[in-house]
Amino acid sequence: MKHTIAVIVENKAGVLTRIAGLFSRRSFNIDSLSVGATENPDYSRMTITVHGDRDVLEQVIKQLSKLINVIRVSELDPSESIERELAIIKVNADKESRSEIMQIVNIFRAKIIDVSHRSMIIEVTGDEEKIDAIVQLLRQFGIKEIARTGKVSMVRGARVVKA
Amino acid sequence: MSQKMTGAQAVLESLKREGVDVVFGLPGGVLLPLYDAIYQSDIRHILVRHEQGAAHMADGYARATGKVGVCIATSGPGATNLVTGIANAYMDSVPMVAITGQVNTWLIGKDAFQEADITGITLPITKHNYLLRSAKDITRVFREAFYIARTGRPGPVLIDLPRDVTVDEVEFTWPQVDMPGYRPSVKAHEMQIKKAAKALMEAERPVIYVGGGVKYAAAHGELIELATKINAPVTTTLMGIGCFPEDHPLSLGMLGMHGTKYANYAIQESDLILAIGARFDDRVTGKISSFAPRAKIVHIDVDPAEVGKNVRVDIPVVGDAKNALQGLLKEVSPKGRSVWNEKTEAWKKEYPLRYIPNDNVIKPQYVIEKLCEIAPDAIITTEVGQNQMWAAQFFVHKDPQKFISSGGLGTMGYGFPAAIGAKIGRPECDVIDVAGDGSFLMNSQELATAVVNEIPVKVAVLNNGCLGMVRQWQELFFEKRYSATILGRTSPDFVKLAEAYGAVGLRATKPSEVESVIRTAMATDRPVVMDFIVNPAEKVSPMVPAGATLGEILDLEWCDDAQSCHLEKIYAKGRKDILGLEGF
Ligand SMILES: Cc1ncc(C[n+]2csc(CCOP(=O)(O)OP(=O)(O)O)c2C)c(N)n1
Ligand SMILES: [Mg+2]
Repeated sequence: MKHTIAVIVENKAGVLTRIAGLFSRRSFNIDSLSVGATENPDYSRMTITVHGDRDVLEQVIKQLSKLINVIRVSELDPSESIERELAIIKVNADKESRSEIMQIVNIFRAKIIDVSHRSMIIEVTGDEEKIDAIVQLLRQFGIKEIARTGKVSMVRGARVVKA
Repeated sequence: MSQKMTGAQAVLESLKREGVDVVFGLPGGVLLPLYDAIYQSDIRHILVRHEQGAAHMADGYARATGKVGVCIATSGPGATNLVTGIANAYMDSVPMVAITGQVNTWLIGKDAFQEADITGITLPITKHNYLLRSAKDITRVFREAFYIARTGRPGPVLIDLPRDVTVDEVEFTWPQVDMPGYRPSVKAHEMQIKKAAKALMEAERPVIYVGGGVKYAAAHGELIELATKINAPVTTTLMGIGCFPEDHPLSLGMLGMHGTKYANYAIQESDLILAIGARFDDRVTGKISSFAPRAKIVHIDVDPAEVGKNVRVDIPVVGDAKNALQGLLKEVSPKGRSVWNEKTEAWKKEYPLRYIPNDNVIKPQYVIEKLCEIAPDAIITTEVGQNQMWAAQFFVHKDPQKFISSGGLGTMGYGFPAAIGAKIGRPECDVIDVAGDGSFLMNSQELATAVVNEIPVKVAVLNNGCLGMVRQWQELFFEKRYSATILGRTSPDFVKLAEAYGAVGLRATKPSEVESVIRTAMATDRPVVMDFIVNPAEKVSPMVPAGATLGEILDLEWCDDAQSCHLEKIYAKGRKDILGLEGF
């Protein structure tokens, strides 16, 4: 089972290490982790995807909450929240393949952000499945490099996860 | 009103305001400014001979007094020498503040002389830690550190103090603690208390299972009140020893691997376990899937992450043990004696802890019984191994602050420095370290500390010529292949060792000498090492073999003379021969 949790942390040196250290020490499995600024400059927000059963999730949440620099931990129910990830993909592209690649890019509402004689860089945003799908389709041309941000997530509607 | 001072002076002023009267430490290059401030302050500084000793002293002091213990070490090797002591305090939830020197801030990360990333190293073994980068943060960080160390589930906090931060001038202020990410939950939820009380009232075979949390919350008074009000038998973990007086009719003593048979049987038969401030450690539960198979489990703990970590819990109660027990006391009505009380009492009669006394060889259990008879109110600290288990089993413990032992980490070398710390915190008490010949040597250098500072602690070495607990496992599970566990008579002469440090050394080789050695030691107002030459073949019994259920607790056959003779012969032959010998 995959679970997504949002973690509001103090914006201080070493916080990421504390969290990463906790996960490895307690043998929790992280699928993805992303960190970034929030509306409040004192805090950062992490979105962490973990897998495990409910007991594991409960332990993850409780152990994270024990860290002094962690302000809030909240599970995000996938059916009630929006998930997004951004990927940039460098793919082989010559005269023959370029137009076919552009079609795929259009279908996925992705963007071409760099072109050279032999390659292109494509930017795509969406949930994990969408990104997996475009990556799958682009494979036939030869993918040279992928960089993914990891997932960020937010509850729909008025509810907020804040410090 | 604020006042200008150096960072080092701000550290000392912060310590004073936190009520610290003694610190344990050893200086070094980067600590020169701090030690200069110590020199000019009235805080008592105990100079140790190894920083591990400082950490354990601070720990022993904290456990004996309930206050936060403070230790200090220099950067690099000084700091890394604290690591075992910090890990030990972390595992046993001991309130401690460790202060380490660090290289100048501009040298951090450059592999400077005696630089060690101690905040990185201690990340998984501290409740929290800080690297101070500016003198203006000193007072806030010290306030937070003490607050974190002593509240909620207590634990060690480390503050890494770069040299320049101690030299810089700063305006002294004393800020309020404001940590949005740290709000320990102390008040138990009323609804949960009601549910727990109802379960207790309905139970026919309740057992109260008590850990160190009751000690830290100073809730033993409430515990005794609750147990007697509802006539529920009480068993404690190693950490919970003393929270419930062991001479009380409802006491079942310690449970777990070397617990009493009756405590373990009671757990397995129980229909309701009330766990308070205990964490279902594997040494306590035996095979976890069949721990208390018939029981509903109520778990009171101040650390929410402990609830449901190792066992499924039917009624979780997150909160401070004292608060929760007070709540429970209001909700339960008195219950009379039951068939269950008769049953547990019958088990107590039928399966007492025992050993076979001997007129010629000193039995280690006998030494403990004599210590208890002669110094029943002493603080007992222990090393780790058989000595620890015998001290737990054969001393009648009645006070939670008077049994001090390394539980979670099982640190050999803990007991002696912890005894020194305890004696400094409670000078009016006798303090005795029950030691093994292996463990004592791991921190025996602190004899110098005890002698110089005139701290009259007593050490009772149960000298069995071996790393006894490991030898016991080899005897039972490795067909007596005593790999690297026989010390023989190769340990130093403990009497001479004591004398070399200026302490008093005494020895007993026959049972008839035990009492007079203890009496002499207790009457001596100086540090004393008692060397008891005990039966080498003795085993700690009973025992739940690893992976077995608590109900499968075994009496180990009490060793006979032949076995003892045999080990003595091996000792005489020396180590090389030992490993080649078969079938002894
Ligand atoms: C620092 C450390 N190293 C190793 C061990 C493993 N260990 C546990 S008990 C024990 C034997 C201790 O020997 P001794 O102090 O003589 O005690 P005895 O069991 O003989 O009473 C050992 C080596 C430990 N607990 N701590
Ligand atoms: Mg020994």
